[in-house]
Amino acid sequence: MSFPRPTDLSRLKSCKIVTQFLIATLIYGSTLMSDTNFDSPLVIAGKSYTSRLLVGTGKYKDNAETRLALEASGAEIITIAIRRTNIGQNPGEPNLLDALPLDKYTLLPNTAGCYNVEDAVRTCKLARELLDGHKLVKLEVLGDEKTLFPDTIETLKAAQILVDDGFDVMVYTNDDPLIAKELENIGCVAVMPLAAPIGSGLGIRNPYNILTIVENANVPILVDAGVGTASDSAIAMELGCDGILMNTAIAAAKHPIMMASAMKKAIEGGREAYLAGRMPRKRFASASSPIEGTFF
Amino acid sequence: MIIILNGEDKQVDSRTNIEQLLNIIGLSDKKLAVEVNEHIVPRSEFSETTLKDSDKVEIVQAIGGGSD
Repeated sequence: MSFPRPTDLSRLKSCKIVTQFLIATLIYGSTLMSDTNFDSPLVIAGKSYTSRLLVGTGKYKDNAETRLALEASGAEIITIAIRRTNIGQNPGEPNLLDALPLDKYTLLPNTAGCYNVEDAVRTCKLARELLDGHKLVKLEVLGDEKTLFPDTIETLKAAQILVDDGFDVMVYTNDDPLIAKELENIGCVAVMPLAAPIGSGLGIRNPYNILTIVENANVPILVDAGVGTASDSAIAMELGCDGILMNTAIAAAKHPIMMASAMKKAIEGGREAYLAGRMPRKRFASASSPIEGTFF
Repeated sequence: MIIILNGEDKQVDSRTNIEQLLNIIGLSDKKLAVEVNEHIVPRSEFSETTLKDSDKVEIVQAIGGGSD
């Protein structure tokens, strides 16, 4: 008895997939092609992105790990923070931005750590100066140190000021559909509700609110904060979210680079499942094999 | 004169401009942004922006950071 060698097996398998695909293409024509192969890109402020995973660059062991995790994630947009330059203390300290191939990424300066309108607006203006007129920013105005929940009142005010000043604002908010819609009306280019508190890894705590926000929206909705593992990301994407921004879920994993890859796949899988449309839920079983023709 | 540089007192010669200040602290070739008394100074105006006693100077850069 001889077993096919692995190479034969993979050839057989790929032959089978190709045949199935060709048959399916003949039957379903262009519908199938467009569903599986040509998902429309994620468009933020007029720029198209293939990846729906956006990642933060904080909390990694070192710059090399950050670089490899970003690579494994496939992310095209990465967040950065604006902070005081070290004066004297550690002059030779390696800066993350020197360690990354920056031309590969769209940088997303964020206002993390800001608790009021003034600090958030000031941070965005400094980022614009630092990055030579760069307009895309992530606005977050926090309200409370324990939960890091957004201060939505200050967030709305800051969003208005930044939009009026010509910024393209991606805004972090809570999972309140009314506030999300208001931020869209102000002119934010993307609205980013939390799934759970920042850095908590609790997953999607309020899927129905996220769903309502997605259904109401005319701008991209990205879950920002709270995912802990791959399944959380898949759930968010299956709800119809346009993307996910995360940092801790990758950086605080035991193997960050592997988790970055897992998140990439979960987001792609969740997105395809959303586009494919899941089967209806039924309370009782429904056999997959025909009852007719049984010989027992 | 004394300026407040990133929150700390710093002794510099009077009429020091921002370009000179960055040279003194070894940051002239770095990618950064500068504020004087909470007003951003464009890079093109570093050499003509002269500091005064008690000016609050903030020098910032981009670093790794997320939200979550």
